[in-house]
Amino acid sequence: MTGKMTSLERVLKTLGHKEPDRVPLFLLVTMHGAKELGLGLQEYFSRGEHVAEGQLRLREKYGHDCLYSILYAPLEAEAWGGEVIFRDDGPANSGEPLILDVEQIRSLEPPDVATSPVLARALRATEVLSQRSHDVPIVGSVVSPFSLPVMQLGFEAYLDLMFERRDLFERLMAVNEEFCVAWANAQLAAGATAVGYFDPVSSPTVVSPERYRETGFKVAQRTIARIKGPTATHFASGLCAGIIQDVAQTGTAGVGVSAEEDLAALKRAAAGKLALLGNLNGITMRRWTADQAEAEVKAAIAAAAPGGGFILADNHGEIPFQVPDEVLHAIAAATRRWGRYPIDWVDA
Amino acid sequence: MRADDRARAFERALLAMDRAGARTTLLAAAEGTDTLAVAESVVAPALERIGDDWENGTVSLAQLYMAGRIAEQIVSEVLPHVRPGDGERPQLAMAVLEDHHALGKRLVLSALRSSGYAVADYGHGVTVERLVQRCRDDKPRVLLISTLMLPAALRVREVVDRLALPAPRPLVIVGGAPFRLDPELWREVGADATGRNSSAAIELVDRFTGGAR
Repeated sequence: MTGKMTSLERVLKTLGHKEPDRVPLFLLVTMHGAKELGLGLQEYFSRGEHVAEGQLRLREKYGHDCLYSILYAPLEAEAWGGEVIFRDDGPANSGEPLILDVEQIRSLEPPDVATSPVLARALRATEVLSQRSHDVPIVGSVVSPFSLPVMQLGFEAYLDLMFERRDLFERLMAVNEEFCVAWANAQLAAGATAVGYFDPVSSPTVVSPERYRETGFKVAQRTIARIKGPTATHFASGLCAGIIQDVAQTGTAGVGVSAEEDLAALKRAAAGKLALLGNLNGITMRRWTADQAEAEVKAAIAAAAPGGGFILADNHGEIPFQVPDEVLHAIAAATRRWGRYPIDWVDA
Repeated sequence: MRADDRARAFERALLAMDRAGARTTLLAAAEGTDTLAVAESVVAPALERIGDDWENGTVSLAQLYMAGRIAEQIVSEVLPHVRPGDGERPQLAMAVLEDHHALGKRLVLSALRSSGYAVADYGHGVTVERLVQRCRDDKPRVLLISTLMLPAALRVREVVDRLALPAPRPLVIVGGAPFRLDPELWREVGADATGRNSSAAIELVDRFTGGAR
């Protein structure tokens, strides 16, 4: 994108709740890079160099404001020994849980971040991006200690544990926190500018705000305090309005917003405390026309961009593989057209 | 106590995760009454309201899950219950297509079973091929399909098309995040309906089966 500021300057200014030259755009495309390289998804993700090259080509193509070093959501579960199921047309999925008996939690040990061959691929992607790009934020990711158990145990077994086995729940949080901190800091050391803290289980969609304040909130406070760089918390399409003031107390700099959330109301609630990231609907995006893309971009900018503290992105933290290039081009073009500060067309 | 008051009491006990209270309420309701009527008049309304409260944001998914799980356990203890595989072919079947997250299926199964419906559980991570074959073998009247990710949701089209030959195919109800976020997607993949939550699933199944348990 053209503009007076670099992507990094633009993002840093908006995170400081000031208006940069225009609204930053994060196209959080994890899979589209495979198409750029002519590779299948599993082969693409088999080497960090592929992911780095894909990210660089995508940024060249769309001119957005970040490089995304995430590979796929179950990467961490895979590092713990979990099953990952690849498919040709979408994101890798977590397979059968790695913890089949909750008593295993008593002796559970996290994988060594420094020697894990699985995590090494993501770190390599981050290193290459860091070497080849200097003015664009590199966004890494961690699954929060509070949300990782969905992949470690399965959702039902995790909820049972949370409600009925508090001793083992606390033990699991302690183990996961150590891993999460080490994993986040390894990415920052490899060159990541910031880390996405993916915490969908903390969303009021999944646990009540009261339960969150006893669990996921405390876990986030402890964990984020030990991560040596900025974080943005993402609820991966889950709602967050009911806990937004609590999230601001976890030490995170921003929050990913669901397409089902009232973006303008959330902006009022978060202004000056948390930057917002969102909230284009990645599912309907698949069949947007250029006009629809422009209308959606305008609506999000009008709702949340004035005053800064806003990054335009999708609602989930991962744009589906089925979203065509034309739509991504249309989103980028609309952001260039309507995202220039001051946003003086809103009242008109 | 009227059935509606009992349903309210049952609902409160479920949300408080008060197993003993929920059990006592259901035992009192079942005294001298047809057990299926209790499932319909006490359990189903309670779970429908909890599902609606999840939809409007006053109840969390975790509470919905625990309420369904407790209800299912208590209903199986207190009310003689029809189980799939007990004889007749099930009218209803449910699967998670391709994805391995089974919580949505669990919520719907708990709600339907606690409301007196027999539902065959075809499992999670089920392929199109396997799902079509199971339906051809069992010939359910209604097939509920849960999905988590968009690619799996799009594969419902293939399930519907393949089940259409030979006719008649089961009525297909879809649910899950992609269908919540894209209100048109269920039509695009050829489903007959979509439900945003377990409460909606009960309503749709009531409609499609005429309420016949």
